[in-house]
Amino acid sequence: MAKPPTLIVHINGRATTVDAGSVVSAAILAAGVPCRLSISGAPRSALCGMGICFECRAVVDGIPHCRTCQLVCRDGMTVGTQR
Amino acid sequence: MNSFDVLILGAGIIGCACARECAQAGLKVGIVEVNIPGGGATAAGMGHLVVMDDSPAQLALTRYSRSLWQELMTQLPPTVEYENRGTIWVAADEEEMAEVHAKQNIYASAGVDSIVLDSAAIASEEPELRAGLAGGLLVPDDAVIYPPTAAAYFLAEAMQHGALLLRGHAAVKTGTGVVTLDDGSTLTSGRIILATGADKTILPWLPLQKRKGHLAITDRYPNFLRHQLVELGYLKSAHKITEDSVAFNIQPRTTGQLLIGSSRQYGNEYAAADNAILREMLNRACNYMPALAHLSAIRVWTGFRVATPDKLPYIGPTEDPTLFLAMGFEGLGITNAPGAARLLADEFLNRQSEIDPTPYLPSRVARMEVAHG
Ligand SMILES: Cc1cc2nc3c(=O)[nH]c(=O)nc-3n(C[C@H](O)[C@H](O)[C@H](O)COP(=O)(O)OP(=O)(O)OC[C@H]3O[C@@H](n4cnc5c(N)ncnc54)[C@H](O)[C@@H]3O)c2cc1C
Ligand code: FES
Repeated sequence: MAKPPTLIVHINGRATTVDAGSVVSAAILAAGVPCRLSISGAPRSALCGMGICFECRAVVDGIPHCRTCQLVCRDGMTVGTQR
Repeated sequence: MNSFDVLILGAGIIGCACARECAQAGLKVGIVEVNIPGGGATAAGMGHLVVMDDSPAQLALTRYSRSLWQELMTQLPPTVEYENRGTIWVAADEEEMAEVHAKQNIYASAGVDSIVLDSAAIASEEPELRAGLAGGLLVPDDAVIYPPTAAAYFLAEAMQHGALLLRGHAAVKTGTGVVTLDDGSTLTSGRIILATGADKTILPWLPLQKRKGHLAITDRYPNFLRHQLVELGYLKSAHKITEDSVAFNIQPRTTGQLLIGSSRQYGNEYAAADNAILREMLNRACNYMPALAHLSAIRVWTGFRVATPDKLPYIGPTEDPTLFLAMGFEGLGITNAPGAARLLADEFLNRQSEIDPTPYLPSRVARMEVAHG
């Protein structure tokens, strides 16, 4: 069976290989970092997975507050925990 | 249990500040609130503690009140989110720059510090402002708070000094020393303070007008903004009595969120957000800070400022010697709450007030009626 194609995203500065077609929130989860930190500094990650809870916000390609469960990974994308 | 030295109607920031001031002075205080303390206009406002100079009396009260906030600063709980941000009055052109200098002179004569910023200085203070503004006036001691928690703090302090909160019933009538609630029960007090905000049930004839305002709050963008910014044109537009107006007025919150205002509408008593004026307000803000267009707002709401004909609040006694007013604070009730509360407590305790209380006395209403024929 052929290996699925992969691509590289940079999560909190670390190059991470993900399967093409992955959503960004899944890549963040796989990298073991939170999507964002709450006001009190508590880690938060994807909850609803369908774009309505806003828990999965992160900084994507420099744009803050992106709902990562609604974004598909692109090669070379930078993703950062939203503070 | 139904008899008090001071009975306050309404637990907005004004009523709560009065409760604290009177209870701390040793008076037996009751406070009647039909709904949620701090949930009226107090929860809808911006929380800018600002010295304003529309008139000498307004300047005196805002300056005095701001100094009382500064005294409180160190004891306020973190939930009040007091931040010494400073205001920058933004001047778009040379005409507004002339106003900057005039404003600085007025502030200086009242002992209020301010610093004139030229075009380069304002750009370095607030890099997200559009390029090419003429300058501005920085008032470093103005601050920002979160109003509902400030009201809660005043109320908690009052209750620690024995004040009693009576929740869930509206006051519907006052007679000499007696308040009737909507369940028919009565409370008695030698002094009654009317602090019901926009509610005119008790004194329907009192000249008060609602001015609707819209605010929007963004998601968190830490370090986008350092000071509370207000366009100097605000003074022109805020003075218009009859027309709807918008002005650039933006506030940094401790969370990194940005609170964006503001609009003023007369004769619109409908609480729903009005898309046309909201669009105008946000366009105005983006005109001053183009990068705002790329940020996301997460909530919009409206609130009502309660204005008197001469734009000064009613603070003091009425013809009924037991009934006192603390109403009509327009867009400055958060700022002026401690000053108003102190003036009323001075009156009750026969103390000399630190500022002249006469410009705010409700007795001017009769005179205004005569003046308007
Ligand atoms: C959009 C907007 C922005 C603003 N920005 C600022 C700002 O930056 N700085 C500033 O200083 N001010 C600001 N203000 C003004 C400020 O919010 C008000 O002046 C202030 O909150 C008024 O407080 P209050 O206690 O008089 O009224 P409210 O907060 O409305 O309190 C009145 C209370 O009385 C209760 N009540 C009413 N009727 C009865 C009754 N019959 N019996 C019992 N209880 C009753 C109500 O439930 C309410 O809790 C702003 C206002 C608005 C709308
Ligand atoms: S996980 Fe709920 S919006 Fe993305």
